[in-house]
Amino acid sequence: MSNWTDVCALTDIDLDTGVCALVNDQQVAIFRPASSGSLYAVGNFDPIGEANVLSRGLISDIKGQLTVASPLYKQHYVLESGKCLEDDSVSIPTFEVKVEGQRVLVAA
Amino acid sequence: MSNQEKLIVVGNGMVGHKFLESLVEMGQAQNYQITVLCEEPRAAYDRVYLTSYFSGKTAEDLSLVSEGFFETNNIELKLNCQATELDRTNKIITTNQGEKLSYDKVILATGSFPFVPPVPGHERENCLVYRTIEDLEAIKASAQNGKVGVVVGGGLLGLEAAKALHDLGLETHVVEFAPRLMAVQVDDGGGALLKSKIEELGVKVHTSKNTQNISDGDECFHKMEFADGEVLETDVILFSAGIRPQDALARSSEIELGPRGGIQINNHCQTSDPDVYAIGECALWGGMIYGLVAPGYNMAKVVAQHLTQSGEALFEGADMSTKLKLMGVDVASIGDAHARTEGSLSYSYTDEVNQVYKKIVVSADKKSLLGVVMVGEAEDYGNLLQMVLNDMELPENPEGLILPALDGAAKPTLGAGALPDTAVICSCNDVSKGAICCSVQDGAKTIGDVKSATKAATACGGCTALVTQVMNAELTNLGVEVNTDLCEHFAYTRQDIYNIVRVEGIKTFSELLEKHGKGHGCEICKPAAANILASCWNDYVLTDSNIGLQDTNDIYLGNMQKDGTYSVVPRMPGGEVTPEGLILVGQIAKDYGLYTKLTGGQRVDLFGAQLHELPEIWQRLVDGGFETGHAYGKSLRTVKSCVGSTWCRYGVEDSVGLAIELENRYKGLRSPHKIKFAVSGCTRECAEAQSKDVGVIATENGWNLYVCGNGGMKPRHTDLLAQDLDKETLIKYIDRFLMFYVKTADRLQRTSVWMDNLEGGLDYLKEVVLDDKLTIAAELEEQMEAIVGTYQCEWKTTLESPEKLKRFSHFINSEKKDEAVQFVEVRDQIRPATKEERVNKEDLIAIG
Ligand code: SRM
Ligand SMILES: Cc1cc2nc3c(=O)[nH]c(=O)nc-3n(C[C@H](O)[C@H](O)[C@H](O)COP(=O)(O)OP(=O)(O)OC[C@H]3O[C@@H](n4cnc5c(N)ncnc54)[C@H](O)[C@@H]3O)c2cc1C
Ligand code: SF4
Ligand code: FES
Repeated sequence: MSNWTDVCALTDIDLDTGVCALVNDQQVAIFRPASSGSLYAVGNFDPIGEANVLSRGLISDIKGQLTVASPLYKQHYVLESGKCLEDDSVSIPTFEVKVEGQRVLVAA
Repeated sequence: MSNQEKLIVVGNGMVGHKFLESLVEMGQAQNYQITVLCEEPRAAYDRVYLTSYFSGKTAEDLSLVSEGFFETNNIELKLNCQATELDRTNKIITTNQGEKLSYDKVILATGSFPFVPPVPGHERENCLVYRTIEDLEAIKASAQNGKVGVVVGGGLLGLEAAKALHDLGLETHVVEFAPRLMAVQVDDGGGALLKSKIEELGVKVHTSKNTQNISDGDECFHKMEFADGEVLETDVILFSAGIRPQDALARSSEIELGPRGGIQINNHCQTSDPDVYAIGECALWGGMIYGLVAPGYNMAKVVAQHLTQSGEALFEGADMSTKLKLMGVDVASIGDAHARTEGSLSYSYTDEVNQVYKKIVVSADKKSLLGVVMVGEAEDYGNLLQMVLNDMELPENPEGLILPALDGAAKPTLGAGALPDTAVICSCNDVSKGAICCSVQDGAKTIGDVKSATKAATACGGCTALVTQVMNAELTNLGVEVNTDLCEHFAYTRQDIYNIVRVEGIKTFSELLEKHGKGHGCEICKPAAANILASCWNDYVLTDSNIGLQDTNDIYLGNMQKDGTYSVVPRMPGGEVTPEGLILVGQIAKDYGLYTKLTGGQRVDLFGAQLHELPEIWQRLVDGGFETGHAYGKSLRTVKSCVGSTWCRYGVEDSVGLAIELENRYKGLRSPHKIKFAVSGCTRECAEAQSKDVGVIATENGWNLYVCGNGGMKPRHTDLLAQDLDKETLIKYIDRFLMFYVKTADRLQRTSVWMDNLEGGLDYLKEVVLDDKLTIAAELEEQMEAIVGTYQCEWKTTLESPEKLKRFSHFINSEKKDEAVQFVEVRDQIRPATKEERVNKEDLIAIG
């Protein structure tokens, strides 16, 4: 559980955007929504568009749930759970992420 | 098959074709063996809009025939085929091609022909009429060699013909026998005002003139001599002295005609021979020939029902009220315009300052409205027409109907609610208020929905405002709140938000959200807000407060491709590029192994660049003098050009020069959707300007400005907004047009769709852009100036900021590349590998 990887400084992620980090050979998308104090980490692969692009999507508030809208075809993935709002059968993995002393750490 | 009734339709004009459409719509066409004889070289077209042939519409645009209509419905169409004999005894029609066709039933839809007064000399060369596309071609040809044109006849068609001659660049005169113009529709007061308005536009009007002879001219081709001794020299003469029903077939086969011609019909539109029907302008009903298309359409429906015994519609006369725009002047006439009803009284109002004339005719008891004349302004036409048609009670002070509303006092209008369900709202297509309400009850929510459900407002368009009123009233009735909210976070339309941002000077999304929205924003409102903020303030799109709002493409200043790579499109204004420029672009493509292709927008697109490569590539492009092409933005894309007068032997202006100037002026302007321009150097139109949001075409007299065209999913040809402009005026109008679009369009609404939804349509747009009806022109120009003055190449700005460049790598914590991005080679260039190719590692190529 506690194999945290230091990926970048908090300021490397512009407010309300995402970045992609390589953690143990996995592509992890990390988001920094302006509206919540915390960060979110999910898989970077978009299972519908079939490309590693989710970190480049827009953070989108859908009925109170924070999601990322895929930059390819705009499906929403809930940042908390990884669920796809448009298609029940699809989801993306989620990861633990935290900030320590202005550094961003991910467990994956 | 052989027991099918044989039906011959003579004439494939507007009415004849409507009849065929009615049969098809009723599902009856397959029960007949139908042959259509069409004397003209092409099938039915829209004669009502004939004049637009001169402003760039083609025969195809005017066609009324939907694709595959004749083939799918098994209707035989014979073009260039005139019926020459109707043998009623043997039931056979003979054609000019020598065929003899037997029939069970005949529909005569032969229309009318222009009356040419038998003045000596009327058969001279360059004496023409105005009825068919061929006539127009002849007019165009003879106008080319002339300087002066005369229209004989100052009626509705005559004035339209005069406009055409004027537009063709001729010095134009109208010669009218009666003492006023449009004698049938308007009274003396209206006629006088109309005359002065039309003269203001540069057309000379001569009333009470009786032409007696036409002979060789001294200065021009003809000399016209009038009864009063005066003469007028001209090169072209157009006769527009009324129409005569085309009743030759009926006459020679002894079908009953009216005393002055016209085929007599009963309420079923049957002639004296029950197997022969007559409809449209060749038919005479109750002593009247109806020279308008709406009554003809009505007859077409009546016959379709009677013939197939599937309905009981009767033709019982028609209303001849008209509203037109003649040479830009609104003219309307309703009912008893000449106060011929016994005891009738009239009110009139003349405003010489604003050039408006209005008259109403009311009954002796002042209870009902009988007739109306309006010249110069006819906004209330729909309301007043309904009052007359439905015999609705007049307000206490009827004069209020034509007097301008004084401050505070509301005009006595009738709400759509006051109309009975049977009121015909769209007379062209015979659509009642009830039918419009039904369509709304069935789910129509926009004027577009209502148009496609009922066909209302799809012909002359004169009823659009009223149809909208009826629709809105019914929506409110049903308690439907039309939800125009942008998204769950903003209970406003895009226009509202644009105005809020402007008026309150809002500079960031968070401020906007805090003051006027709720929640945290989504992929709809964020990019929309970013776009509006940029349209208003033109700040750099990747500032800290803007960056989180940008959609897929804007945030990395490139278009994302299916595999997550990007395309690189440097701007090449007007499609012009130097050999050095091309070599640089080619060298870059070679160095990074990019796929290269020429785009539909006259420039080069480089595909397959990865995130980390974008800054290096753009650095080299910027160093070489290129700028971003905004291929990713909702903003100006390209201004296509043709080579124009600098090289082309036909060019009349420097189209490339203007295209470059326009592209440099408007580049970077963020707008509700992308905007495309084109400039052609002459009317051959090699740049396809008439399919662009803004199209400019050079003429001998300056630039013509076309707007609101679209290629793409639903192509639309442009409308002509203004013509013969000098460059300065052209740019002024484009400034206003674009900013007005930016201000009022919906999110992701191209100019074409915006125009189709604009209440008042092209006329309204002209009023705003050309006449400054809303007095916002200065403001719009100023706003555009501000955008032009603050342009920056977004790539150049980004390259100057190390902070911003950090984001251009696939991983924030590694130099590695995305392993899923793989290419294979095809026709000597790369393309993204398919999933199978990636998995099986087939033919993958290594990229530097
Ligand atoms: C590259 C290009 C095709 C080509 O290889 O020629 C192209 C490519 C794309 N077009 Fe296009 N269009 C291109 C010319 C056109 C044209 C032709 C023209 O401009 O003369 C049209 C029809 C004309 C028009 O727009 O009226 C055209 C009509 C569309 C449409 C439909 C728009 C509509 O109103 O119906 C879309 C979809 C949209 O914008 O919503 C679209 C969208 C796209 C997008 C942005 C789709 C996407 O989101 O990935 C494509 C990405 C371009 C890229 O990655 O660079 N593209 N597209 C052309 C780029 C021109 C340029 O130099 O910027
Ligand atoms: C410039 C112009 C502007 C107009 N503007 C308006 C307007 O704003 N509003 C309005 O309501 N109306 C307007 N009209 C009138 C409108 O166009 C006519 O009312 C309408 O076209 C009548 O239709 P129709 O089918 O009866 O006749 P047409 O459309 O004339 O069709 C008759 C067809 O029959 C063919 N034909 C004739 N004899 C034979 C034969 N023996 N064999 C085979 N074919 C034959 C003719 O060649 C013709 O093609 C305008 C007309 C013109 C010319
Ligand atoms: S539009 Fe006219 S001027 Fe331009 S290239 Fe074509 S032919 Fe030449
Ligand atoms: S009245 Fe002509 S379109 Fe409706």
